[in-house]
Amino acid sequence: MTALEVKGVTFSYDNSVNVLENINLTLREGELVSLLGVSGGGKTTLFNVIAGLNRPQSGKVLLNGQDVTGQTGKISYMLQKDMLLPFRTIEDNVALPLIIKGVKKKEARKTVEKYFERFGIEGTQKKYPAELSGGMRQRAALLRTYMFSGEVALLDEPFSALDTLTKSDMHRWYLDVMENIKLSTLFITHDVDEAILLSDRIYLLGNKPGTVIDEIVISEPKPRRADFNLTEEFLQYKRQIIAKIQ
Amino acid sequence: MKEKLRSITSKALPPFIALALVFILWMYACGSGSVPKFMLPSPRDVAQAFAEDWQLMLMHSRVTLTETFIGLALGIIIGFLSAVVMDRFRIVKKMLYPLIIISQTIPTVAIAPLLVLWLGYQMLPKIVLIILIVFFPISISLLEGFSSVDADTVNLMRSMGAGRVQIFRYVKIPSALGHFFSSLKISVSYAVVGAVLSEWLGGTEGLGCYMTRVRKSFDYDKMFAVIIVISVISLLLIWLTGFLQKKCMPWEKINKMRST
Repeated sequence: MTALEVKGVTFSYDNSVNVLENINLTLREGELVSLLGVSGGGKTTLFNVIAGLNRPQSGKVLLNGQDVTGQTGKISYMLQKDMLLPFRTIEDNVALPLIIKGVKKKEARKTVEKYFERFGIEGTQKKYPAELSGGMRQRAALLRTYMFSGEVALLDEPFSALDTLTKSDMHRWYLDVMENIKLSTLFITHDVDEAILLSDRIYLLGNKPGTVIDEIVISEPKPRRADFNLTEEFLQYKRQIIAKIQ
Repeated sequence: MKEKLRSITSKALPPFIALALVFILWMYACGSGSVPKFMLPSPRDVAQAFAEDWQLMLMHSRVTLTETFIGLALGIIIGFLSAVVMDRFRIVKKMLYPLIIISQTIPTVAIAPLLVLWLGYQMLPKIVLIILIVFFPISISLLEGFSSVDADTVNLMRSMGAGRVQIFRYVKIPSALGHFFSSLKISVSYAVVGAVLSEWLGGTEGLGCYMTRVRKSFDYDKMFAVIIVISVISLLLIWLTGFLQKKCMPWEKINKMRST
C-alpha cells in the first residue's frame, strides 16, 4: 500500500527560479525512504510542501490516496533542532499534537505515557527539555512526531546535530523502535552512511533545481546486522551512490 | 541546609552590610550634631513618628495600595491587549508603536496635574496615571516576547495543524512570560511612585496626601517615616512579583541551573 505519494511537484518561492522541479516519489507503508543530496538542494523546501506549509505551483501530495496538497495538520515533521518547547515538560511536549487536535490534557498525557518505555525515554515525563541530553531530546521529539501522526513522518536531518557516538547509538535505537511501530518515514540526510544504514530505498536528489536523479534500493533485510556498515555490500552501495552524486 | 545557609551568606550578607553602614552613618551624622535636627531627623525620631502615626499611615497605605492594584491590573490588561493586537496586525503596530514611544516622552509630572484637573480629586485620576505608567513597559515587553518566538517553532506548530489562537496560547504567551515579569518588576515600583505622585496633587487620602500634610507642618520625622513605608511597599510588591514568576515559570529554575 502506498502511504504517501508526491506527484510532479514543482515549486518556486517567487515564480522565478524553480527550487523543486517535477518531483515524483512514493513511500509505501512501513517503509523508510531517504532523500539524499547536498545541503541547500531544496530538500527542506520539499518537506515544507509535503507538510502543507508551502503550496506548490504544480503537482500534488497524496496521503493514502487523498489529496492533501497545501493542507497542514495532516503530516508532521521533525527537524535537526528538537524544538521541544522549553516551558513544557517532556510529557506535555509529546502530548501537544494531541492537545492541538482537541484531546483533553489528562487524556493526552495518558495516551502518550504508554510510549515512553518503547521509545527509551521512560522516567523523563516530568522533566523539562533542558534536563535531557541531545539524544534523549531527539527521542522525545520523534515520539511527539509519532503522536501527531502514526502513519507518515517526515524527518529532516534529525540526527545530524548529534556527536558521532550518540548518532550511531541513535541509529541502533531508531531501527529498534521502528521494528515495533510501523511508521512510514521520509528521511532527509546528507550523510551517505546514515542513508544506507537506515533506508529501504534512497532517492538521490540533484541540485538547482531539485530533481530526483535516481532511486536506489537497499535490499539488505531488516532488522539489519550490527556490522552491516562494515560489509562489502555496504561499501558497494556507497560507491554506487557517490559515483552518481558527483 | 548547609547550602541554603551558604547561599544566604553569599547573597544577603553584602547588601545587608552596605545597609548597616548607611544606617550607622545616618546615626553618626545626627548624633554628632553636624547636621541640624530639623533637616535630618535621627533614626530614633523616625521610629517615634512611626509609633505615633502608624494607624494613620496604615489607613493611607490602604488607599494607595488600592489605587496601585487597580491601576496595575488595568494597565496590564490594556498593555496585554494592545500587544496582542500589534502582534497580530502589523499595520496597527506600525501606526501605534511610534505614538506609544512619543507618549512616553511626556513627563508623568506634567500629566498628573492635568489628570487631576480633568478627572477630579477622587481615585480616578490616580488610577489613570498608573495605567499610563504601567501600560508602556508591559505592552512593549510582551510584544518583544511574542516576536521572540522562533519561526521554525511556529512552522512546526502549523504543520501540526495549530491555528493562530493555539500557537498564541501554547507558544507565544509562555515564551513572553519572562519578558512580562521583568517589566512587571519595574512597573510595580513605578506604579507605587505614580500613585504617591498623583496624591500630592490633590485628594484627601493616600500616602501622598499624608506626605504633603506632614511636609507642610514641617514634621520631617514623619516625612522620613512615610518614605520608608513607601519603599517597603515597593519592595514587597517586587518580591511578590518575583514569587509569582517562580510559581508561573517552574522551568526557569532548571534552565538557570543548567546554564551556570
